[in-house]
Amino acid sequence: MSELALAAFAAHTDSHLVAVPRDQRFARFQREFDSRAYLADLERRGLRWLARSSPGFPRALAAIFDTPPGLFLRGKGDAALLDRPSVAIVGARSCSSYGADVARLLGRELAAAGLVVVSGMARGVDGHAHRGALEARGITVAVLGCGIDRDYPAAHSELAARVGEHGLVVSEYAPGVEPAPWRFPARNRIIAGLAQVTVVVEARERSGALITADLALEEGREVLAVPGEITSSLSAGSNRLLRNGATPLTEVVDVLEAFGIEQQQPAAPEPASATAALILARLAEEPADADTLARALELDAGEISAALTELELTGDVSERDGFFRLARPLRS
Amino acid sequence: MLARTVTHALVGLDARRVEVEANVHSGLPGFTIVGLADRACQEAKERVKSGIYSAQLEWPVARRIVVNLAPAALRKEGSGFDLPIALAILAATRQIDPAVLTTHAAVGELALDGRVRPVGGVMAAAEGARRAGFTRLLCPAEAAPEAELAGVEPVALRHLAEAVAYFRGEGEPPPYQPPASNGRPAQPTHPDLADVRGQERARRALEIAAAGGHNLLLGGPPGTGKTMLARRLPGILPPLAAAEALEVTRIHSVAGLLVPGRPLITEPPFRAPHHSASMAAIVGGGPGPRPGEASLAHRGVLLLDELPEFMRPALESLRQPLEDGVVSVARAAGQALFPARFQLVATMNLCPCGARGDPGAECSCSPQRLGAFRDKLSRALLDRFDLVVTVPRPRGAELAAAPSEGSEAVRMRVCAARERLRPAGPRRSTEADELLTRAVERLPLSGRGRARIARVARTIAALAGADTVLPEHVSEALSYRTPSELQPR
Repeated sequence: MSELALAAFAAHTDSHLVAVPRDQRFARFQREFDSRAYLADLERRGLRWLARSSPGFPRALAAIFDTPPGLFLRGKGDAALLDRPSVAIVGARSCSSYGADVARLLGRELAAAGLVVVSGMARGVDGHAHRGALEARGITVAVLGCGIDRDYPAAHSELAARVGEHGLVVSEYAPGVEPAPWRFPARNRIIAGLAQVTVVVEARERSGALITADLALEEGREVLAVPGEITSSLSAGSNRLLRNGATPLTEVVDVLEAFGIEQQQPAAPEPASATAALILARLAEEPADADTLARALELDAGEISAALTELELTGDVSERDGFFRLARPLRS
Repeated sequence: MLARTVTHALVGLDARRVEVEANVHSGLPGFTIVGLADRACQEAKERVKSGIYSAQLEWPVARRIVVNLAPAALRKEGSGFDLPIALAILAATRQIDPAVLTTHAAVGELALDGRVRPVGGVMAAAEGARRAGFTRLLCPAEAAPEAELAGVEPVALRHLAEAVAYFRGEGEPPPYQPPASNGRPAQPTHPDLADVRGQERARRALEIAAAGGHNLLLGGPPGTGKTMLARRLPGILPPLAAAEALEVTRIHSVAGLLVPGRPLITEPPFRAPHHSASMAAIVGGGPGPRPGEASLAHRGVLLLDELPEFMRPALESLRQPLEDGVVSVARAAGQALFPARFQLVATMNLCPCGARGDPGAECSCSPQRLGAFRDKLSRALLDRFDLVVTVPRPRGAELAAAPSEGSEAVRMRVCAARERLRPAGPRRSTEADELLTRAVERLPLSGRGRARIARVARTIAALAGADTVLPEHVSEALSYRTPSELQPR
């Protein structure tokens, strides 16, 4: 039970510890530490503790350089799901609408293929990856960079609850630990450690997502990056990963192949109408607003609005800030 | 000696009968007004005295003058009591016949030279006079048409001397002649839709909003023509029905906003308060409550330009009128009800820096700032917009294009659609119902959201001249739903 004492001591001293320190303070703390009362308190709050030495601890995470003493768990999911094939989806907090769409799409499709989607619960790409997995009624795991009892950012507390309905919210930090900037890079090693494959959707230069990618590479895990516009600073980091040899992700199948999952490509659904087909062909070139589409296709404002809504309902097209774009990757 | 006449005090939009009693008797010389008169009303003393002197009438020198405004518990505000006070004093000193005076109601402000100046609320006062059984109202000449609208025969006064001549049986003052228009148009002209290049989808939404009386929110980066479009909505609305015109005129009369020579408002009013407006300015208020912008826009359009810049209490106060069509202003002295059934049109940027939605610019707003910006608009308020459209930045080609369709053509279609909507309007087909149900499952739509989509779809069908609401009408209506990124976190 010294691992639990270690985690509690780290929270108590507001430090980050993966190994037992050889000092008097910890020895004194451990003597006074009542692990049974601590566990009973966790249980009362609906939290669980999974020690590094317990047989249920995820093997992938146990294999990394600085495995945490254990994980605190929140949610209804079984601890065993942490040992299932997992993919981490990480990226910028202030992502573009393209990044948001891709994160959501990957979360949805990968969860639907049976993978556990791991991410960091942050705004932007992380949140969209979780939401996508939930849309597919898949399993998703959120790794926090603060105490397990905290919802950070607060705006994602509802999302955290939904993640916990079938999946898990996990953290190496005991209840009560405040979020601090230096804890998030440490958190990223758990995201990278839990997953066999890490996907970077959008990352600026010096983004936290790049730290996750570096950690994953150090542990010999596969890293994929979604190509971004070379003119956008939002994709500078992810594009640099590609130049340095990360696998480009251009189709969902690219990820599944890394897991050795074979999935027959479903035939692209036939567009409902000739107008729909024309709109899709147009949007495949670049995102456009409704007026531009209407002019190009010689439709009036009412007709284009109706046609675009139908494509939104089938999930082919998404709209943000007045611009419509394809919501599915192109199928060759 | 004692004399009395009748005038009316405004409480909200209603006129309350006020008796003006004057007693001129011997005693310590002085002039007192009692009966909860406010400052403007107290200052009547100087205007009445000077006015009576200027009309070459006799002021009771070295006498004690007491004017009582009854009921004494009702607050009296404003300058409309000048004329009745002057007439009561003239009758108390027997310069006019007190018996004839009691059969007349009066309202008006006096100038120092005895001229009668217009005041607000003559229409409401005339209605009060009619209900009280008076057939004639002495009022400022400019306001005479208002009294006529209320069904009371006015005595149009330019000067206090005319009133005295009238009571002495020396003849009636000539009826009011509106000033020559000097080339100004009789009705205000609205800017024309032909000035708007491109923006077909936003124009379409404007047309649907006009046809169905829907509330419309235009979002988009600055300089894309949101305000320009919104200002063109009144120009495509049908004129007011006779009863509506009277309602609107009454409110504007109370606010003192009627233009001389154009007593009856026949066009839907258009109000665009600045975003610094307080809650009282929007829904009405003040000690004796006065109508706010929401009521002045009754049966017309209320434009809130830069919606998130408005103070949140001012915005939230709009929820009641948007739901019930009335504003109730509660004061210690009682409650005033103002009608406020307006069509709300608002514009907003998509983020504080304004770059969002503009492909040529990059938004620099932090998530916190963006969140705070969107939190200003409550879900409850956003839910009241039936149509939400993002107006993209027009391209050069659009700006150089030939002018588009003008307001008059659009207005014809709007009028035709209104006719079609007047009975029950088109009914939904089963296919349309199925599509609506599917959409509610797929998109984040509240129950209220669903009802709104159904209403908008009905308007779209009416514009198309269809008898039933078809799936394509529903899908178009769905395209004007509130986008998820505008919703508060």
